[in-house]
Amino acid sequence: MEIPRHWRLKQQRYRLVGEVCQHCESKIFPPRDICPECGGEADTLYTFSGNGEVYSYTTVHEGPAGYDDSTPYTVALVKLDEGPTVTAQLTDVDEDSLQIGMPVEMVTRKLKNDGDERGMIVYGYKFRPRMAVA
Amino acid sequence: MTTLKPSTKLLKPARSVGITGYGVYIPRYRLPAQEIARVWAGGKAALPIKEKAVPGLDEDVITMSIEAARNALARADIHAHQLRAIWVGSESHPYAVKPTSTVVAEAIGAVPNTQAGDWEFACKAGTEAIVASMGFVGSSMADYAMAIGSDTAQGRPGDALEYTAAAGGAAFIIGPAENALATINASYSYVTDTPDFWRRENQKYPEHGSRFTGEPAYFKHTTSAGSTMMEALGVTAKDYQWAIFHQPNAKFPQRAAKMLGFTPEQIEPGLLAPVIGNPYSASAIIGLSAVLDIAKPDDRILLVSFGSGAGSDAFDITVTKEITNRQDKALKVQDYIDRRTEIDYATYARMRGKITMK
Repeated sequence: MEIPRHWRLKQQRYRLVGEVCQHCESKIFPPRDICPECGGEADTLYTFSGNGEVYSYTTVHEGPAGYDDSTPYTVALVKLDEGPTVTAQLTDVDEDSLQIGMPVEMVTRKLKNDGDERGMIVYGYKFRPRMAVA
Repeated sequence: MTTLKPSTKLLKPARSVGITGYGVYIPRYRLPAQEIARVWAGGKAALPIKEKAVPGLDEDVITMSIEAARNALARADIHAHQLRAIWVGSESHPYAVKPTSTVVAEAIGAVPNTQAGDWEFACKAGTEAIVASMGFVGSSMADYAMAIGSDTAQGRPGDALEYTAAAGGAAFIIGPAENALATINASYSYVTDTPDFWRRENQKYPEHGSRFTGEPAYFKHTTSAGSTMMEALGVTAKDYQWAIFHQPNAKFPQRAAKMLGFTPEQIEPGLLAPVIGNPYSASAIIGLSAVLDIAKPDDRILLVSFGSGAGSDAFDITVTKEITNRQDKALKVQDYIDRRTEIDYATYARMRGKITMK
């Protein structure tokens, strides 16, 4: 049971809330209060657009506890348009259509049950192939 | 029984209100009705629809509501902090106790200065929330309120309901008429205690009264709501460009429309049951969204929902010039319908948790 951790991370997980450095304007995800680029203090919240592209990916066939019900699934390194690279599951995607450089967008989905079906449901970001607005 | 004059039956707020933004979500998976007939009826059954939308393993009412809400906010072009209520109507809330609406509010950035609550009235919980939002904004207690109808509908394997029970969500931001893409001129609600469909506590699947679900339930309530509102407003079917009725299957809304004098052309753009099934609380309002996607300024729209148990909410809506500025700001209903991946019954059984693992 990790209820406090899930609660503490809800903003970054639900809607990609990170930080922006006041000194060098780097966008930071996940938030860490110190800019990894210039070392300055960075505690101004910044909501990412959710758009990015697949930097690399792999398919998981033997998932860890909590994720074993949803195998096989794809985990990708997604390079966000604003700069940072995040690790996340891809969803609504067919394995044979996957490719490096593929444009993706953030969606909020179920990640897992905390414990069993009696535990809280953990929601968070995944990425899917980008659906263009006409 | 007290008889009201027709004009006093209408629900009209003191301050004029309208739809500031709307958005939908429909999952990508489709289960053809023929596939259900193959498994349960030897391939020989009268099919009520072509296919239905099925949620993926990581989707539920919360995730579908979040995406519909984000689309509605994109169209409304307001900040989530301006929403003073997030109300989610559903009969498939993921938790028995813990609100869907607080997760949605957090995910769209509307917390903490907002009302939040979950509504339940079978398939019309979403339009209940719209009527409440009209009152919230119409009384000037708030400028904007969000009403969502969303469901991952359940049907017992092999039951008639399984052919149509589908998934989807729609979100509507209700706000002042002067910033609306469509004004809501009036509403009217018609309810009675009718035992046509129910699900008891801790039961996985609903029960229904078979043929009883037609005449005394669906048709009585939809036509009474629609005709009473039109009579009170002094209008007929000819005064509307479009009409949308709740869609438990393809036939019921077509027959209700005919009973009220509407032509097949008037209901065609909002009749989606044949290709997405019946996403319960979202059914009528995804239909309304599809009509708004193609509507032109001054188009007049009749919307009639239906919820078992039973009741109907009717709405008289007029599209404004703002519609053309907002239609393209978010994904449309057709975009989601076109994103189609067909699945077989075995995949559906896994996705919907119909296979017992322990």
